[in-house]
Amino acid sequence: MGTFFHRNRGLTPYLLLLPGVLWLSLFFLVPLGFLGYQSLQSGIYPNFEFTWEFSNFSDAFSNYHEQLFRSFLYAGIATAVCLVLAYPLVYWIAFRAGPWRNLFLLAIVAPFFVTYLVRTLAWLNILADQGPVVELLRDIHVLGEDGRLLATTFAVVSGIAYNFFPFMALPIYVSLEQIDERMLEAAKDLYASSTQAFLRVTLPLSAPGIVAGTLLTFIPAAGDFINAALLGTPKQSMVGNVIQAKFLESLDYPTAASLSFILMGIILVGLLVYARVVGAERLTG
Amino acid sequence: MNPRLTRQELLRRGAAGGALLAFPSLLAACGGGGGDESSGELKDVLNFANWELYIDTKKPTTLQQFTEQTGIKVNYYEDIDDNATYFAKVQGPLRQGQGIDRDIFIFTDNSRFPSLLIDQGWVQQIDKSLIPNMSNLIDAQAHPPFDPDRDYSLPWFSGMTGIAWNKKLTKPVTTMEQFFTDPSLKGKVSMLLELADSVGLTMLSNGDDPTTVTSETFDKAMSTIGDAVDSGQIRKFYGNSYTGPLANGDLAAAIAWSGDVKQLQADNPDLEWSLPESGGMIWTDNMLIPTGGSVPTASTYMNFVYDPDIAAQIALGAPYISSVNGVKEAAEKIDPAAADNPYIFPSEETLSNVYQYDSAALNNDDFITTWQGVTGQ
Repeated sequence: MGTFFHRNRGLTPYLLLLPGVLWLSLFFLVPLGFLGYQSLQSGIYPNFEFTWEFSNFSDAFSNYHEQLFRSFLYAGIATAVCLVLAYPLVYWIAFRAGPWRNLFLLAIVAPFFVTYLVRTLAWLNILADQGPVVELLRDIHVLGEDGRLLATTFAVVSGIAYNFFPFMALPIYVSLEQIDERMLEAAKDLYASSTQAFLRVTLPLSAPGIVAGTLLTFIPAAGDFINAALLGTPKQSMVGNVIQAKFLESLDYPTAASLSFILMGIILVGLLVYARVVGAERLTG
Repeated sequence: MNPRLTRQELLRRGAAGGALLAFPSLLAACGGGGGDESSGELKDVLNFANWELYIDTKKPTTLQQFTEQTGIKVNYYEDIDDNATYFAKVQGPLRQGQGIDRDIFIFTDNSRFPSLLIDQGWVQQIDKSLIPNMSNLIDAQAHPPFDPDRDYSLPWFSGMTGIAWNKKLTKPVTTMEQFFTDPSLKGKVSMLLELADSVGLTMLSNGDDPTTVTSETFDKAMSTIGDAVDSGQIRKFYGNSYTGPLANGDLAAAIAWSGDVKQLQADNPDLEWSLPESGGMIWTDNMLIPTGGSVPTASTYMNFVYDPDIAAQIALGAPYISSVNGVKEAAEKIDPAAADNPYIFPSEETLSNVYQYDSAALNNDDFITTWQGVTGQ
């Protein structure tokens, strides 16, 4: 084998790529092609026909633009919440936690040891109308007599932020942890205040982490349906809920497939714009 | 043993793997559930998919008695939350002629699925020679439109759809109008995902007839429900899983099935149930044998539950309305007060106030799509 690689050195990169390419074509491109095929079908379950039904896209968009908009709104708020909460936390862990670093990191990841669904179901009990949290908030008059947390926009957005928090925290941590502290010392030697040192050294150096974190949080959050399904009402329904219901309940595959494509398309365009704004090199680290 | 594979063996295994990928039918043949070969013989296990809160639990339960009598063990699964979701789950394998590892599953006659399953050939004929007790089937259930000769199905139980409420959280909820508009119920009521139940009750309250649905009456019902969603009155649409939030007080009132509430009272004695003043809905769940299920095993069980003594025990535990003749007498033997149980033996007055949803409207795609839109799907 060794001699084979020596003799065909030019082939090596392609051979290294091969498993990944095979994986992606089998489990991403093929299903994507099939999804595209379904999105242009017409008819009703179980008799669908391929008819280049492009109106599926315009129908899906005009019927569900509200849920699409809501998905991006909720995902955007949740991403912002994650960023605001995660940055100071991992900053502290990276620079101040010393030997306890790993323990704190473990604490961030620990909720992931429980499955996504169960984690979200737990909030159903925590936020229940007759539960201790709501009762306490009613007692201290944060919530009105009839106020509730469950089945509100607040619950859905908080659920998303909670569930995707580690995706924001960990990339930022990695980028902060790599910062050479001597750079900060150098900044101070050059008469930078702490704030200036943070704004001109730490923040730019952690930008790749922020960019990666926002993408890792925002993209899955925009397609999420579990949080809206369990913690929301029909008024909080997101596009993920519509796609899930169309695929798995009403068996309306063409609409579900075209909605998936619309969601993907919007995310892709958003990603390109984002890359332009922040600079493509930040996306790749 | 030499742990390293020879080149030849590697190639052979690789080829076998490739063959598996190339022929999905080979994989299917390995999968559980099986094809027709398992359908013909009596098995020692019955896999039964049912809804929650839908069978007796007092020991010895009827399932235990069945095992004792026949030696057939029952795996009882509470798989079904609502008709559409359960159908969507099982249709994939059924469509490819594969089993779903269940011998009996249950669909409601006010959904489009019993007729769809029979038309597509995804369920098997019951073996009437193994069900002599079928003679106990009441006349009213002998010829349903989706299965005129009961070749494929037998009723499990029937029930009524009305309003349940938690008397600690609200005054009695006796009209749909109150349900939809009472400000003290805002955000604390839920409706059922089942179109026929929720829409039927709404039509009755609108003064329309749910036994003959027209586009006009349907649209009117949609706007009534849609308004209540927009105003924040309706918190959610549930399948059978409304029971949890109703019992723990997240819901003050819910559109609910008659027998469920009776069973939930064990957990929460504050729950009440009644038909709205404008009338309620009635429906019947049906046992069917999916492709791949064992017909003799399933038919043996169907025969068992069509024994009035057994049907009476299930009816008292569930408690729902049986389609088996002689249940009332059998139930009175177990519990003399049973005859007065309105959940099992509704009075003539109650029965004159419940309606069956128009079966011709069940397959209307526009209705189904509109309904999904209103329920946030």
